[in-house]
Amino acid sequence: MSPSAALTREQRLELYYWMRLTRTLEERLVALYRQTKVVGGLFRSLGQEADAVGACYALERRDVMSPLIRNLGAMLVKGATPVEVLKQYMAKGDSPTRGRELNIHFGDVGDPATTRGFVGQISPLGDMVPVMAGVTLSFRMRGEDRVGLVFIGDGATSTGAFHEGINFAAVQRCPLVVVVENNGYAYSTPTSKQTLARQFVDKAIGYGIPGEQADGNDVLAVYDVTKRAVDRARAGGGTQLVELMTYRRKGHAEHDNQSYVPAGEIERWAAGNDPLDRYFFRLTGELGFARAEIDAVDARVRAEVDAATDQAEASGFPEPLDCLTGIYADPPAERPLWYREGVLSAVEKNERADGWGTYQTGNAAKVESTIAAGND
Amino acid sequence: MASPNGTGGAEITYLEAIREALFEEMARDANVFCLGEDIGAFGGAFKVTEGLLARFGEARVIDTPISEIAIVGAAAGAAHMGMRPVVEMQFIDFIANAYDMLTNYVATARYRAFLPCPMVVRGPSGGYVRGGPFHSQNPEAGFVHTPGLKVVYPATAADAKGLMKAAIRDDDPVLFFEHKYLYRREKGVMPAGDHVVPIGKARLAREGTDLSIITYAATVHKALDAAAQLEAEDGLSVEVLDLRSLAPLDDEAIVATVKKTNRVLVVHEDTRTGGIAGEITARISETCFEWLDAPVLRVTAHDVPLPYAPALEDFVLPQTADLVRAARRLAAY
Repeated sequence: MSPSAALTREQRLELYYWMRLTRTLEERLVALYRQTKVVGGLFRSLGQEADAVGACYALERRDVMSPLIRNLGAMLVKGATPVEVLKQYMAKGDSPTRGRELNIHFGDVGDPATTRGFVGQISPLGDMVPVMAGVTLSFRMRGEDRVGLVFIGDGATSTGAFHEGINFAAVQRCPLVVVVENNGYAYSTPTSKQTLARQFVDKAIGYGIPGEQADGNDVLAVYDVTKRAVDRARAGGGTQLVELMTYRRKGHAEHDNQSYVPAGEIERWAAGNDPLDRYFFRLTGELGFARAEIDAVDARVRAEVDAATDQAEASGFPEPLDCLTGIYADPPAERPLWYREGVLSAVEKNERADGWGTYQTGNAAKVESTIAAGND
Repeated sequence: MASPNGTGGAEITYLEAIREALFEEMARDANVFCLGEDIGAFGGAFKVTEGLLARFGEARVIDTPISEIAIVGAAAGAAHMGMRPVVEMQFIDFIANAYDMLTNYVATARYRAFLPCPMVVRGPSGGYVRGGPFHSQNPEAGFVHTPGLKVVYPATAADAKGLMKAAIRDDDPVLFFEHKYLYRREKGVMPAGDHVVPIGKARLAREGTDLSIITYAATVHKALDAAAQLEAEDGLSVEVLDLRSLAPLDDEAIVATVKKTNRVLVVHEDTRTGGIAGEITARISETCFEWLDAPVLRVTAHDVPLPYAPALEDFVLPQTADLVRAARRLAAY
C-alpha cells in the first residue's frame, strides 16, 4: 500500500489547502509587487506547488526542512505564516528577519519543542546541502529521532557544494533526504546545459544511496516517494535522493520575460499539467469530495490571505540603527561610524579623538563652525 | 601526548598546547567535536589531533572526505543545533575552497537568521617552512574583512591554548590560525587551571619607549629579535605589541602604544596590498594623527605568491634584518 493510501480525508483536503494557499499568497504578492510594496524581487512557484507541499507533508514537526526559493509551499506546511511571508517581502521591521533578508529567506530551527523546523536559506545555490548534512549529523550524534529534508534545483546540482554535501551526508549515514526539484530551467539555462546525465536520480548511484523519481505535479505521488525516503532515513537507512519532475511556468523572478522558452511550452504545461487542477479533479473524482468542500477551502484561503495582507501592511519599517545589532553575540552591537552618529552629538557626549577623529577636547567650537560652514 | 587535564608545569610546544586545549574542551563539553581530513587515525597532517580518536571515539573525531565546503557547511549546521564543532583545514591554504561557505553562510547566520553558529575553523598557516605556494599562506585578511567572523592568530604556546579554549567557548564562528613554523619551535609553561585568553585583547610582548612594533603570529618573534638587536646596537627601546586577535582588533592597546612611543612599525607575514597593516595604519591615522612623530611604516611580505626555494622565500617574507632597517629609519625620522 502506498503511504498516501493511509492519509485521512482531512489530510487529503489539507494537501489541497496548502497548495491553494501557496498559489493565492503568491498571486497576492504579485499584486503588491506591482504596487511597489514588495521592494525587492518576487519569486513564483507557479506549477510547482505539489513538489513543495507534497514533499514537506512527509515530515514530522520535529524534522527539519531546508527550502529553496520555489518552496514557499513547504515553508507553509512547516508552519511559516502568510503574514510572515508578506512582511518579509515588504521589508517590514517586525518581519521574521527584521528587514535584514529578502522574500522567503527566513527560518525557525533549533529545539524541536519550540521551533517549527525550517532553515533560512541563502542565495548561493547548493550551500544548504552541506548545512543540512551537519544538521542531520547532529541528529545522528545525539540519537535523536529526527530527519532532515533539503530541496535543491536542477541547476544547483552542478555546484560543488551539492556534490560535497550529499557525498559527506552519504558517507556519514546522515538521515537526510535530498529532493532534486527538476523544473526544467535554472534562470534561463535548460537542464540539457546543466548535465549530460539522463536524469538526476541517476546521481544517487554515484553516491551509493537510494534514489527514486516521481511525477512532481501529482501531489500524492510526491508525498508517496518522499514519505518512503523519509521513512528509510528515519529507520537508519542514511541519505536518500528524490527527483521530482515538474515545470517552472514563471520566469526566474517576476522581471524575467522567459524569452528563452520555446513557444507553446508554458501553455502546454498550464493547460494539461497544472498540479492544482490535477488534484482538484482527483479529489472531486475518485476521492469523492464535493465541489462545495473545495470551494470552502478556496474561500478560507482568500480570507486568510486578505487578513494577513492587512496585518502586514499595518506594520512599520525597521529602525535604521537596528542594522548595527546582532552581528555577534558579543559585542551585541556595532557603533555607528562617527559621521553617522552626528559630529555635534559626539561632541556633546564629550567623545575624544580615539573615538571619531582627530579633533581634541577644546576644539568643539572648531567642530561646530566646521559643520556650520559645511551646512551653508 | 598531552594529558586531558593540563600538563601541570612542564614546558610544552605551541602544537601540544593546541592539542591540550582540544582535549580539555572535549572532556569538558560533550557538544565539542572535531572534523577534518586525516585527523582521526593519523592524528592530522601535523599531529595536532593525535590521541583524540583513542580518547573520544569516531563519533566525535570525524575523518571526512576531501570536501572543505562540506566540512565547514556541516559544522555550521551542527552548530545551529547546539554542537560546537572544531574544523581542521589540513593546510589553511585550502580554506579558500570554503570561502563562500564561511563568508556567505557562516558569517551571516546570526545577523540574517538569528542562528547561533559557534564553531572553530583551525589550521596550519604561514611560511618560513619551504612549503611553497599552497602550504605557506596567510589568508587572514579576507576573513578579517568579513563582518560576523572572529579571527585569532597566536604567537605563543600559552596563547595558543588559551585562545583555542576561548574560541571553542565563543558563541560565534572563530577562525583560528596556527603558525606551523611555531608548532614545535615555540614552547611555554601553561598557566595553571582553566587557562582562557579573551578574544580581542592584545598582549604587550615587550615594553619600550622609543618606537612600537605592532604585529602578530610568527613575526612577533622576529620583532622581539629585532628589538633586542636595536637595544644592543642602537640603544633603542622598542615596544612590541602582539595583537593575538585580528577580529576584533584591540584598538585600545594600539592607541595606547602609539601615544606612548609616537612611532609605529606595523609588521605582518601576509602580503602587503590589502593586508591588515593597512587597516591598522588607517585606524592610527584617523584616531592618533597628532600623536605621531613619524609616518606609520609597514614591513610585510612582497606582493607575490610564496615561492619554494629558500633564496626566494627568504627574500619574499619579512626577516629580522628588515624590521631592524625599518625601525632605524623610523627612529631617525
